[in-house]
Amino acid sequence: MTRALLLVERNLMIYRYTWAMLAAEVLEPVLYLLSIGVGVGALVGSVPGLDDPGITYAQFVAPALLATAAMNGAMNETSFGAFFKLRFERTYDTMVTTPLTVRDIALGETAWALLRGAFASGGFLAIVAVLGYARSPWILLAVPGAAVVGFAFAAAGLAVATFLRNTHDFQLIQLVMLPMFLFATTFFPVSVYPRPVQVFVECLPLYHAIQLLREPALGHVGLALLPSLAYLLAFGALSLVIALPRLRRALLA
Amino acid sequence: MADILVEAEGLAKVHRSGGVRAVDGIAFRISRGEAFGFLGPNGAGKSTTMRMIACVSPPSGGRLTVLGRDPVRDGSAIRARIGVVPQDDALDSELSVEENLLIYGRYFGLSRRQAREKAVQLLDFAQLSDKAEAKVSALSGGMRRRLTIARSLVNDPEILLLDEPTTGLDPQARHVLWDRLFRLKQDGVTLILTTHYMDEAEQLCDRLVVMDKGVIAAEGSPRELIERYVTREVLELRLPDGAPLPRAGAVVERVEELPDRVLLYTDDGEGALAKVHADGAEPITALVRRATLEDVFLRLTGRSLVE
Amino acid sequence: MNLLALREFSYWMVHYRRSWRGTIVVNVLNPLLFLLAMGAGLGRLVDRHTAPDTLHGVAFLAFFAPGLLAAATMQNAVTVSTGSVFMAARPGGSYRNATAGPLDTDDVLAGHMLFMAFRIATSALCFVVALLCFPSLRTIGLLWLVPAALLTGLAFAAPLAAWSATLETRQPMNNVFRFVIMPMYMFSGVFFPVDQIPVVLRAVVYATPLWHGTELCRGIFLGNASQAAVLGHTAYLAALTVLGLALARRTYRRRLFA
Repeated sequence: MTRALLLVERNLMIYRYTWAMLAAEVLEPVLYLLSIGVGVGALVGSVPGLDDPGITYAQFVAPALLATAAMNGAMNETSFGAFFKLRFERTYDTMVTTPLTVRDIALGETAWALLRGAFASGGFLAIVAVLGYARSPWILLAVPGAAVVGFAFAAAGLAVATFLRNTHDFQLIQLVMLPMFLFATTFFPVSVYPRPVQVFVECLPLYHAIQLLREPALGHVGLALLPSLAYLLAFGALSLVIALPRLRRALLA
Repeated sequence: MADILVEAEGLAKVHRSGGVRAVDGIAFRISRGEAFGFLGPNGAGKSTTMRMIACVSPPSGGRLTVLGRDPVRDGSAIRARIGVVPQDDALDSELSVEENLLIYGRYFGLSRRQAREKAVQLLDFAQLSDKAEAKVSALSGGMRRRLTIARSLVNDPEILLLDEPTTGLDPQARHVLWDRLFRLKQDGVTLILTTHYMDEAEQLCDRLVVMDKGVIAAEGSPRELIERYVTREVLELRLPDGAPLPRAGAVVERVEELPDRVLLYTDDGEGALAKVHADGAEPITALVRRATLEDVFLRLTGRSLVE
Repeated sequence: MNLLALREFSYWMVHYRRSWRGTIVVNVLNPLLFLLAMGAGLGRLVDRHTAPDTLHGVAFLAFFAPGLLAAATMQNAVTVSTGSVFMAARPGGSYRNATAGPLDTDDVLAGHMLFMAFRIATSALCFVVALLCFPSLRTIGLLWLVPAALLTGLAFAAPLAAWSATLETRQPMNNVFRFVIMPMYMFSGVFFPVDQIPVVLRAVVYATPLWHGTELCRGIFLGNASQAAVLGHTAYLAALTVLGLALARRTYRRRLFA
């Protein structure tokens, strides 16, 4: 595992050149929060289907934006990032000639994406708190929560990267990510859907990511969080199980 | 008995896609301190063999030991003691020249401090100290290759693997590089390299194998191979279109007809040329030269090294 | 515009042939998804709480749809006018090959701008097709949306092309997208009426081309804008386009003859 952390060290070296990307990663959910959470929120009033009518729309949307920020940060890092390092930059080909193993690489990239997700969410959280959109102190659980979300989607992104054939395939990723972002209860509660659609939405990984962060943020901490936590950990672990042999095949031919 | 660092027997590699037998049962032994070459054209199986020695490509058959260990089981431990210079450099383009060395040192378990000291030392070795801060993309081909070699030395490797080390470099850059490699050899580093340049093989290798189509066609020192398979000198002739092949008689051991010229293998080039003229042939150009590994390859395979 | 410019145009069209299918799918699907989620889904929450007179007298979906068209058009315009111009203007890029022949820099610019206009207009057309999926949005105003969107797009594409031709690296383009285009997207009256924004900041919003594009598209689509307002927004966007083209003529010439 210490060897895997060397990947984190490498990516930190690079971040000196790409800090703007990280700033943008914090900025983007803030923009969404102010525009949709606050701007559109003023038009929405209270959110239907929640037990407490005092919850404002911005308070409802903020943790979901946090979850999507963690998801996007992690997923971009591994899917696009790993694809370029695998096929174009051949960064990994060089790494496997050192004592690093393919496992170290996979775990290292996942660890990095996880940290990045947690960091971006931490930054966003601070802004949410300053702006006064934190409903409950339990919202602090969002930081470890975002790390779990980061892990799940980093691993998924890594698995996806091994399937990409060319840069055109990136569009396919967007075709999955965008609808998930729009419909997995980011902007309205699952109760707005008819029951069959609800079941479908409840199967999506982003739904559980949002649940894991939103429930504590709204003050609900309890065993009800466990299914979402278990879902995300399993989703990440399964993704790694898929990614590892495929990476090995690609790098150790 | 010399210390054997790499040993292969019946070593084979079948690529998953297409089932091509890239390496088809080869055997060799490489001792500590020697410079060992794989000479052959593109597609001969040299790079595949190198990847197997570097423990990044599991063999499909036969036996291979590197530093006395199994590359599949102990890959990580073996890689800690070897250095690799891949053909395409594969430098980390997102990092500066110095950072490339720093992080690579870290991959080998050096502390940050050690890695920094090593980087300074290697930048000097590679004559890149004034480029430390530069982005890799700003380097010339020769500089990139020197950086790649510097990078491969961060762990003070016992074996250095070089895949086509001077391909694509201009003549001056090649000589600078050969000089660096020669120094390493003097310091006791075992060099294993592939090349399709016979001059490089002659310059650098104590011993080499000639590879073609996945098998070893011959083995020996450059001098031995030339003595064994070809004559001391070669007379190269360009003849007018349609002119008959000169016979030149007993002094010529063998005649090789290429698309653009005719090679006459002989131990007495000048004598053979005189004989050609005496026979009444009128070559457009005539050149007497020393036999090279190129001629060995031509003799063994019927083809030129560089097509 | 002359025949040589058409050669440059056809160069870009030939390139586009390889990827147009995916682009069309994305151009129809993206707005459809946004309209469904924001317009229909979130709109239901809005309409329960907010009276139509806050939203130009219509339901949220009808308020949001023309604004989203302007915003999506901006994004398309940015996509077609930055990366490809940067690549083509670099040493060894396709502009260099073109100007090595009989084309001069104005032809190259005209041909490429024509292609950008084509892309912006077809994307807007795709958007209008997506709008047809919503019965409440099938109005006569739909037809006028395409030229309004085209003008909005050109007001971005022309200045951005002028700027992209001067770049040495990609980095500034990414930063403009993140720190200029994205905020504009969120706060130019696309998602909510700008009178909710504090007065001081509202002045900034009024200066952005996207606000003018949004107002133009929305006014035309809903048919309730004053003639003066339509003329004003049109004049602003047209002026920006002309200014962009004039700048581009200079930057292209400077870059390609340097």
